[in-house]
This record gives sequence, structure tokens and C-alpha cells, in this order.
Amino acid sequence: MSGVCDRARDLGVFQSASDDGRIICRCEEITKGEIRRAVHDGMFNLHEVRRFLRCGMGLCQGQTCGKLVRAIIARELNISAAELDDATARAPMRPLEMEIFGREAPGI
Amino acid sequence: MTRYDLIVIGAGPAGLSAAAEAASHGLSVAVFDENARPGGQLFKQIHKFFGSKEHKAKIRGYDIGEELLREAEGLGVKVFLNSPVIGLYAGKEVAVNLNGAETARFRGDTVVVATGASENMVTFDGWTLPGVMGAGAAQTMMNINRVRPGSRVLMLGSGNVGLVVGFQLLQAGCELAAVIDAAPRVGGYGVHAAKLARCGVPFYLSHTIIRAEGDDRVTGAVIGRTDAKWNIIPGTEKHFDADTICIAVGLSPSTRLVQMAGCEMHEPAPGGGRLPVCDEITGETSIPGIYCSGDVSGIEEASSAMIEGRISGAAAARRLGFIDESEFERRLTGLERALASLREGMFAPKNRGKTFEKTDEGFDISVSLLENGYLSDAEAVRYPGVKTLPGVHPVIECTQNIPCNPCQDACPKGCIAVGANIVSLPAINESAKCIGCGQCVASCSGQAVFLVNEDAGGGYATVTAPYEFIPLPAKGERGRALDRAGNVICDAEVVDVRVSPAFDHTSLLTFKVPKSECGRARFWKRGERL
Amino acid sequence: MHMRLADHPILGKPAHGKPVTFDFDGKQLSGFEGEPIAAALRAASVVIHRYTKKYHSPRGIFCAIGRCTDCVMIVNGQPNVRTCVTPLEDGMTVRTQYGVGVRSGGEELL
Repeated sequence: MSGVCDRARDLGVFQSASDDGRIICRCEEITKGEIRRAVHDGMFNLHEVRRFLRCGMGLCQGQTCGKLVRAIIARELNISAAELDDATARAPMRPLEMEIFGREAPGI
Repeated sequence: MTRYDLIVIGAGPAGLSAAAEAASHGLSVAVFDENARPGGQLFKQIHKFFGSKEHKAKIRGYDIGEELLREAEGLGVKVFLNSPVIGLYAGKEVAVNLNGAETARFRGDTVVVATGASENMVTFDGWTLPGVMGAGAAQTMMNINRVRPGSRVLMLGSGNVGLVVGFQLLQAGCELAAVIDAAPRVGGYGVHAAKLARCGVPFYLSHTIIRAEGDDRVTGAVIGRTDAKWNIIPGTEKHFDADTICIAVGLSPSTRLVQMAGCEMHEPAPGGGRLPVCDEITGETSIPGIYCSGDVSGIEEASSAMIEGRISGAAAARRLGFIDESEFERRLTGLERALASLREGMFAPKNRGKTFEKTDEGFDISVSLLENGYLSDAEAVRYPGVKTLPGVHPVIECTQNIPCNPCQDACPKGCIAVGANIVSLPAINESAKCIGCGQCVASCSGQAVFLVNEDAGGGYATVTAPYEFIPLPAKGERGRALDRAGNVICDAEVVDVRVSPAFDHTSLLTFKVPKSECGRARFWKRGERL
Repeated sequence: MHMRLADHPILGKPAHGKPVTFDFDGKQLSGFEGEPIAAALRAASVVIHRYTKKYHSPRGIFCAIGRCTDCVMIVNGQPNVRTCVTPLEDGMTVRTQYGVGVRSGGEELL
């Protein structure tokens, strides 16, 4: 992890690629180019990219794009995907309406 | 807050097995599942399972699911459906969205996390178009909802999921335009690939999808050959008409609840993603009393998931004092042996990523099977299940070491020998006399057993092949014989059609071909005389 | 091609619920009670369930098990309903969803 946290890391100049316009996060419609750009702008891990772009924060909660986003960040940082920490898992695990989240049953 | 001795998260094969096992020892058990139906993905598995008797081999997935569900419910397990677990907190507190109506919290003295896995995805231009879907989605549509996902399908991925779903698409009457994989070799069992190839489905290995075509839905796709670095080689593009593209590029364990609970995770695998640190035998995580079973602790087959679930359920019973150490050990002995045998062979978790040149017995692995999806004529004869003998006899085109032996048990005459090692290639016992009963043909989950009579008189031979399509041809119907590659080779008259409850929806088609073609004819297809 | 499987070599004939009709974007379609809305739509050759908020691109069935939320539509006025896991009922109103849904007054959020 230490290498990834090095904020002085030089990623070189951002170079656009032909597939930058491809949607990666289907829910929030975040493109590959936006994720790559975010890494160049200093978002070096899954948490930061997620908070910055909202990828993985849509209705499906990153179930589809999680692994794809990880791979893009890793490639941009020129590291192995295994070196990136998982994004924090938080409740509620599945999207639900606040009304239901707040309506607590005594238990069955 | 209601308390249970055991709370199981996920009502799939692992979860239901854990629940049933624990309940059988007297634990109060609740199972929560987000789906409207229990069984996880078991009910859409309409193929016969591999393994041996103790793994419920040659039984179809949905039947295994029914049996498991009946067992669990009979033992008093409470299954809450439409009830996703939204949190797993300290003190084994489980928060559940009950029926989409309210949130409730439960406490488990023990917890089994059996959340399974989710499908991996790959991206290509147009991958968000309607018509691009996970292979699991196609399977749900046709096998559960009973609606075809599309008319003409491209399958991306040649692992077992891609191959099995591909065959099920054919069974549902869809056209399968091709199976595509970026890898240079078929990833799943060769027998699954061979089933597709002899129906005429082409395999494009070292290829990937460049783009899906269509404005507001899929109308086609362009694929291209990949080089060693997965880049498309210019000039190799090829267009397919298709209204559906299925993605079957592997599964990832759904570990987020385990992470939320604070269980220790392994260092990530090379592809990224962490697996929970689990006791090798019981699946217990770093938090005592929380267990992981099934795909959440590492992707395997449903058969292994069911055994893992049983072991975790028994471990929970031991932990809470419902059974003592010696009873646990007794229970464990059989389960561990069954699990160990499933984890043998070329496709075992420990051998993932390895390529084999030879079988355990020393036979060369078929290159054509790995590159084209079928055995070449020259390769087929090298294996111990393929012999030329007088009279009717089984021909077993099973050429990879996989844990499976129903063919051996099926034969009442001892013609087939797999031996004590479940992954050995089946061999023909030449001294035993085949009576042509066809039990072996129907028993083979890989549909790799045929009955051949090389000289049926009048210059003809007969071939009996498994057939799982409708409509069934009638006796006397004329059609064509196809070879292993799916090429039409000759006219073929159906001389017998056998249907039996014992065959469990696998019909046995016997067709007549010229003697010279008996080593090649492996499928029968409707069609005019050549 | 008729999309419904009237018969199947392994599963046999399906045991459907009773036939029902529902309203899809003003058109009357038929389906079977209890089957997922998405199944009835696929059988009627409807594959576009919604258009996305940002790029207005069409989406349809993707996971079919309620995980990906790509197939959400406005069902009986309620937006973001996962049609692949929501059972069809007689007389339901199903609308293509544009963007993320509707305001309480029925106005769509584009």
C-alpha cells in the first residue's frame, strides 16, 4: 500500500484513449475516461474515486463495476489490482427506501 | 431482538445445507435471502451434476434444490424470502429488510455467511445496450421465467458457465451464433464444449468482442482475434448478427457482509478482491462463530458448496454444544472425504490457471478439444473409453481428469471402470458384455457416452447418442448425422428412440449410418436427404 | 420468433399463473400473473426498460435477479421498480422510465 499512498507519485501527462467514453459504472454513468482522469487528479484508491465520481454509489452499489473500476485505477497507477484496498462495505448492503430503513420492527 | 442459534445469510446450496445440518442437530435456525425463491442459483441449473453418488451426481440441479429445501423445511428451518440482509454488525447482529416493508434486527449465536458470488463483467463499446446481459440472466429468463432471452445469442466466455448456459440456450430453441473467449483455450470441461460443438456451434478462442452493434438494442457484434497481450489484431474483425450477447467471464465472491462484520481478509488475489480468512475445514472466520460457506469463500461448484455448508452447520452445532467433539468428528469424516474428492482433477481449485499436457494416466490432452471445442477423429481413439469391439458397446469420449463416476455405477454389467480414483478416465472393460441398456449414456452428465455397434448388418453401423431437445424424432425418421465438429457427414435414419423415467429427460437416440462413419457420427439432426 | 417457451425438453410445459393484461406506455399487453414484469415484457418483444439520466441511453435486462437495477421502470406510478423481480399483477401500469423517476406530482425527473 505504501507506494500507492505516495502522493508525489508521477503518473506522467494524462493521455486520452479511444475508449475513454465507455461507460464503466452503469448506474451513475461514469466513463473510463473520468475514472482515469480522477486518478491523474490525485484520487489514488477506490474510496477516493468513489466519493469523487460516485461510481459504485448508484442503485446497484458497485456490484457490477467494482472490479472494473479497480482494474482501471490500478492500470493508471501502474500497479497490480491486488495492491488496492477494497472500498469500505457499509450498511445498508442493498438499496432501500429511508422510510423502510427507519421503520424498525421489534423482531419476529 | 429475536435470537436464533444459527442465522444463515443466503438460501442457496451452501446456506440451505448449513441450515439443514444445524437444524438436524437441534439448533433453531433462520435463513434470510433477498430473492423471492429459495435455492440461490440451483433452480436454474437444469443440467445433471457431476461427481459421484454422495455428491448427488447425475441429478439435475433443480431436483437437488427441491430435495434440500424440503429437508431444511422439514427440520423446522425458518426461511425468510424477499428479505435482504443489509448489515452484519458486532455481536453477530443481523439487520434485515423484511419483505421490503420494515427493518428488523436479529441476533445469531452463530452466523453462516453464504452470500455466494456475482458475475464478473467485461466492457466493450455498446455493452450497455439492451440485449447485452450476464449469462446468468439468460439462464434465469429461459429456465425460471420460461421466456427466451433472445433469438440469436453470442456467448462470451468458455468456462463452465458459458458452456452450460450455451447448451441450455440451444435447449430453449435459441440459436447460439458462437462461443468466444479471449483465452487461447476452452476454460470449462471439454465434455461441455463438445456438446455444443457437435451441434454445430463454432468456437472462437483468442477472440473477444470489439463492439456490440445497434442503436437502441443489440443487432449484432464485431469480434476480433487477440494477441498475447489481449490486444485486437487489426484485420481479424468478424461480424455476427445477434440480438443477445451473454457475458460469462467468471464469478467473484460476494464478500461485503463478511468485510462489514470485520472478519479478517486475505491479501488480495492477483485480480484484486479479497477472500475471507477461513478455517480450512469449518469455514470459521477470524470472528469465532461466524462461518463462510460456498462461493463467498472461493468460487467452486454447487456440489462443493453444499458440503461446505454441511460442515459449517455441524461446526456451529459443536460450538454451541448441541453435539460433542466426537460426534462432530464422525460427521466430518464422510463430508471431508466427499469434499476432497470434488477438489481433485484438472479443474480443481488448486490447479486453476495450470495447463495440462497429459492426463493422470499419461494420455496426451486433446489439443483440438481445447482450441475448437471437439476431439479430432485422430485424437478420439487414443483414450481408454474409446475401443473398437464386436457387437454393441459403450464409447466414452471423456478425456480430462474430472471428478465424476456415474457411468461406472450405471453399468449393470461392469463394462465401465473409473476405479477408486474418481478423477480417472473411464476405461472399457473388454471382457464384460454390454447389453446395450443405455444406462451409461443417460447417466453421463457430460453427455460423452455413446453406444456404438460397428456392424449392425447391411453395411450399416448404429450409434446411440444422448438427446435433450424437442421435438424428439420418431423411429424411422430420416435426418443427418453430424460429426464431433458439427459438420453434416451422412444421411442417418433413426432406428430407435428410448425415453425412460430412469434416464431423467435424457432421451436415447439410435441412428443408422454407413459402417465407415461409426467412429465420427455423434449427433443427429433433422434435415432433407443429402 | 415466439419468445415464450411453450415446452422444454427438460422442464416440460411451464406452470404459469392466470393470464392477465397490463398497460405498458398506453398499450395493452398480456402476461401471466406472478411472473416477473420483465418476463412479460420480453415475451411481448419489449427490450427497452428505461433511458438513463445523463446520456439518455436505453437499458434493458442485464442481471435478471434484482441486483443490477438496470431494468427499473415506473410501475403503478412508483419509479425505480426492478421489473426482473417484481411479479406482474392484473391491471398494472408499467411505464418506460426516463432518468431517475418521478416527483410526487407525477412529473418526471429527467
